[in-house]
Amino acid sequence: MHLLRLNLAVAASGFRRYATYRVATAAGVFTNTVFGFILAYTFIALWHERPQLGGYGQSQALTFVWTGQALLAAAALMGGGFQDELHERIRNGDIAVDLYRPVDLQLWWLAHDLGRAAFQLVGRGVVPMVAGALVFDLALPASPLVWALFLLSVLLAVVVSFAVRYLWALCGFWLLDSTGLSALSTLLSMFFSGMLLPLNVFPGEFGDVARQLPWAATLQVPADVLLGTQPGGALAGLAFQAVWAVVLLAAGRLLQALATRKVVVQGG
Amino acid sequence: MPTTDEAFIDVTDLTKTFRVRRRTGWLRRTTSEVRAVDGVSFRLRRGEMAGFIGPNGAGKSTTIKMLTGILTPSGGRLRVAGTDPWRERTRLVRRIGVVFGQRTTLWWDLPLRDSYRLVRRMYRIPRDRFEENLARCVELLELDGLLDVPVRQLSLGQRMRGDITAALLHDPDVLYLDEPTIGLDVLSKARVREFLLRLNAERGTTVLLTTHDLSDIEYLCERVVVIDHGRLLYDGALAGLHEAGRSERTLVVDLERELPPIEGIPGARTVRTQGPRQWLAFPASASAAPLVARIAADYPLVDLSVREPDIEDVIARMYGG
Repeated sequence: MHLLRLNLAVAASGFRRYATYRVATAAGVFTNTVFGFILAYTFIALWHERPQLGGYGQSQALTFVWTGQALLAAAALMGGGFQDELHERIRNGDIAVDLYRPVDLQLWWLAHDLGRAAFQLVGRGVVPMVAGALVFDLALPASPLVWALFLLSVLLAVVVSFAVRYLWALCGFWLLDSTGLSALSTLLSMFFSGMLLPLNVFPGEFGDVARQLPWAATLQVPADVLLGTQPGGALAGLAFQAVWAVVLLAAGRLLQALATRKVVVQGG
Repeated sequence: MPTTDEAFIDVTDLTKTFRVRRRTGWLRRTTSEVRAVDGVSFRLRRGEMAGFIGPNGAGKSTTIKMLTGILTPSGGRLRVAGTDPWRERTRLVRRIGVVFGQRTTLWWDLPLRDSYRLVRRMYRIPRDRFEENLARCVELLELDGLLDVPVRQLSLGQRMRGDITAALLHDPDVLYLDEPTIGLDVLSKARVREFLLRLNAERGTTVLLTTHDLSDIEYLCERVVVIDHGRLLYDGALAGLHEAGRSERTLVVDLERELPPIEGIPGARTVRTQGPRQWLAFPASASAAPLVARIAADYPLVDLSVREPDIEDVIARMYGG
């Protein structure tokens, strides 16, 4: 009960921290929308040449684009969120402050990131999606059940995204310079989430492998749940996400235990 | 067997070694051991307020990190409030408060009030006790009207007072302060010191204070523990530290005109002159009053001031002799 209240309070603070920056949010919405238009016209050209590419019709492909834009900030598909902040805290020694608290580091940041994601889904996700739906012919479902499953899938996408970024951030205990890692993590996430091109477009073994990696849980699966194109049905997609969430959160705990055991908190 | 009240913080032969790897050539590395803390022992009674001093890199922070359980000792014994800080870290942290002058426990983007709400949840502080502690800190640290200001907009002095409040809302038994007055103006310093004295007197909070400002210690602590190069150099009263370090205060006098160096004042010697201004060194444990009386009687005195010795100087002398 206490734990739930604490984590709700932490999530609320994450929500408020991001809600403070209204101009940044507006700029983000604008960028997402522009990016969405560029991708949408690229996809139209592509699907014009190759109809039914990857099993999607053109309106499904466009729906995929705008789902990606809606989730870009919420599921941190281009990195960021708490990852840079935690890494910086490890680098400059502020992590000591976090360790003095009677709370679990991973749970704390997870709650915080869920609060952030909740804000960014509403603040940065809804407008691009509506803009896309107004201009293009999207294949959005009518059934409320599908939307409910989609929201559940988004929640799991944020958890998996968090778990991956937590691992990257903890590498800061061993590697002091994060520029390379940060770039690598962003690149992997952008490509293997399907944000640039849906993963089912990729043929052969490469595509098979890409669709099983954790990043697939952050966009490809939620989009397929929304489109009703998830192989094996929506529940199979949710199960795939849940398995990665559990595995990666457990890996995060293991790494956290190793890190705090060897921890050399930097500086006075 | 000492009771926990007599040895509330009990440090025996505490040691911490770090292994430092250095690249000495292509693919070749040598590992050397650095003893950051080297056999330090001291005890603090419950309710005691002690200064923990030493030059940069002396091992102060490393010791505090071990006392608070975020670093494992390499050797020795360590008990804080009857617990082993490292093994029982999550239990101990509820009983300690930590304030860093150079870091903040507050959330940059949020108003102070929101940070305190999170602290309340973290430490599971009952509402009435929380409200009472907060009201008390707000009054004594003059935080009125600042609770709804985002932390990033606070001045350093305001933020520091905000941080001290955050560390005290859960009524910790032990408070560790790391340079709590660094960078503060005279007024803010005075407020913080006054508050700490009251806290210690009224609540009996045990306080361990790290600082480079000897006047903090003079104002707050009867006892000082000095370490350097990871070793305990001194543990006792502040006056004794000055004796042990044979440290000197400096009397700066401004005379009406340029005169030859002042001579023949017992217990003092002139160390420098510049125009009408002269500097006289005298033992830190001695009173300045007779000196001043003597100089005022014999010389045309216009103005004077007394300068306290730096911790670095005191320690350098102790170490040298």
